[in-house]
Amino acid sequence: MHNTRFMGYRRPDGSIGIRNHVLIIPTVSCVNRVAMDIANKAGGVTFMHPYGCTFDAEENATTEHAYIGHGLHPNVGAVLVLSLGCETASASRVAQAIAKSGKRVETLIVQREGGSRTTGAAGIELVRGMRRELDAQPKEEADVSELLIALECGSSDAFSGLTANPAVGEAADIIVDAGGTVILSEVTEMVGAEHVLARRGKSDGIRQELLALIKRYEVDLSLSTEDDSGVFISPGNIAGGLTTIEEKSLGCIYKAGTRAITQIVGYGEAPSEKGVIIMDTPGFDIASVTGKVAGGAHMVLFTTGKGTPTGSSIAPVVKISSNNKTFRHLHEDTDISAGDVLEGTKTIAQVGREIAELVMEVANGKQAKGEYFNIQEFAIPNVSVVKKEVIHAKLAKQNDFRFMPS
Amino acid sequence: MTDKSAIQIRDIDHVATSIQELQPDDVVKIRGAGEEYEVVARERIPTGHKLALRDIAQHEEILKYGEVIGMATSSIAAGCWVHVHNCRGIKARRFSGPAGSGGEGHA
Repeated sequence: MHNTRFMGYRRPDGSIGIRNHVLIIPTVSCVNRVAMDIANKAGGVTFMHPYGCTFDAEENATTEHAYIGHGLHPNVGAVLVLSLGCETASASRVAQAIAKSGKRVETLIVQREGGSRTTGAAGIELVRGMRRELDAQPKEEADVSELLIALECGSSDAFSGLTANPAVGEAADIIVDAGGTVILSEVTEMVGAEHVLARRGKSDGIRQELLALIKRYEVDLSLSTEDDSGVFISPGNIAGGLTTIEEKSLGCIYKAGTRAITQIVGYGEAPSEKGVIIMDTPGFDIASVTGKVAGGAHMVLFTTGKGTPTGSSIAPVVKISSNNKTFRHLHEDTDISAGDVLEGTKTIAQVGREIAELVMEVANGKQAKGEYFNIQEFAIPNVSVVKKEVIHAKLAKQNDFRFMPS
Repeated sequence: MTDKSAIQIRDIDHVATSIQELQPDDVVKIRGAGEEYEVVARERIPTGHKLALRDIAQHEEILKYGEVIGMATSSIAAGCWVHVHNCRGIKARRFSGPAGSGGEGHA
């Protein structure tokens, strides 16, 4: 990598941001539009979601943690917590947890302010003030070793595993060798290649933890899918040219390159190690990106075959297409193409170096295509009662009642 | 005159993935891992399927992505098709649904 330094925003807790956003967190979907209005009129960012009011304790905790992770994120300089007032997700818990980092946090509660427009006007005033404060903050030089880069794939095609994912793997090796950190997730895609991944674990403990995590997903998948796809390689995969489950999983996990796996973290959890991190997330790309960003990922490298506009409101999502046709067709949403590998004009390693250079440019302020939108998606893993019921029904059919409380 | 090509991901890989359908005697350009070179296809290989880049012995581990994707169940000559008929996963898990479902029937 030619340049390993970039100019960022130092936070009171010592972390470094590559963006300086004012984030408006709607703690429940009922106030999404108030948050959107404030973000649009006052130069803030926000996300749309259907969460914040649930009697599923696990879902409520995951929701609050994801909000807090976004508020604590180094790309966020100040936060407005926007609450309705009666939701199960606690605005005060969220605001207090974020305020511990030393950044400015304000809270507005629609049911107390006097309505959506009154709250909107108060929010616009607050966010404009925060924006002015952040704009006055000088940038500071920082190093690639402070960066946390998330890896993701979505809308894949037959070339994703051949060009874009291996090229991102080359970039991941370059970033990790320079002292930086990458996060691989989507554990559903790792089933079948667990022995390949486990070999890369830094210690016996990491290897055991990784095998246990993947086994849990394998059991879940085998109970909740019709045809065991994901556990077994399917007839469709075989017709497409995939021979073994190892090959199928490698096509996805190769995004994380070849360096040692140093830590396994839970959904939305911030890693404490450098190197290659595995995060426990489902395969759904929006929930997976949300988890990694909640865990502090500064930027996401997102490989795609067919192209997608999906992003994050606080972390630039850099799109890498597997072929040049998608790059031309969705040029508004795609940052770089690995398609020259197919045409024989570049090697995978060359494209990997270009991606690593682009990472540094985006860290240094270059706008990724997806940053055009200040309002983006947000999703957490599906921990709904419905899924548990499906699993329990299947277990009951097999006369396995271990899930019943004794 | 040929513009057939296949992608090799790592220089230590034993296979490359075709990006067009290959016919016997097609001269295939091998790209991706380094300097482009050529391998002659020995049989028909569908788009997206794998071509052996060198002779592979029976029971030898087959590398793609620089990792073991499976083991050769018979010897495979350079230029031949590598798939379920001559390569098997180490975990050997493959969908084997009821008759008529299209499953390959391997345990």
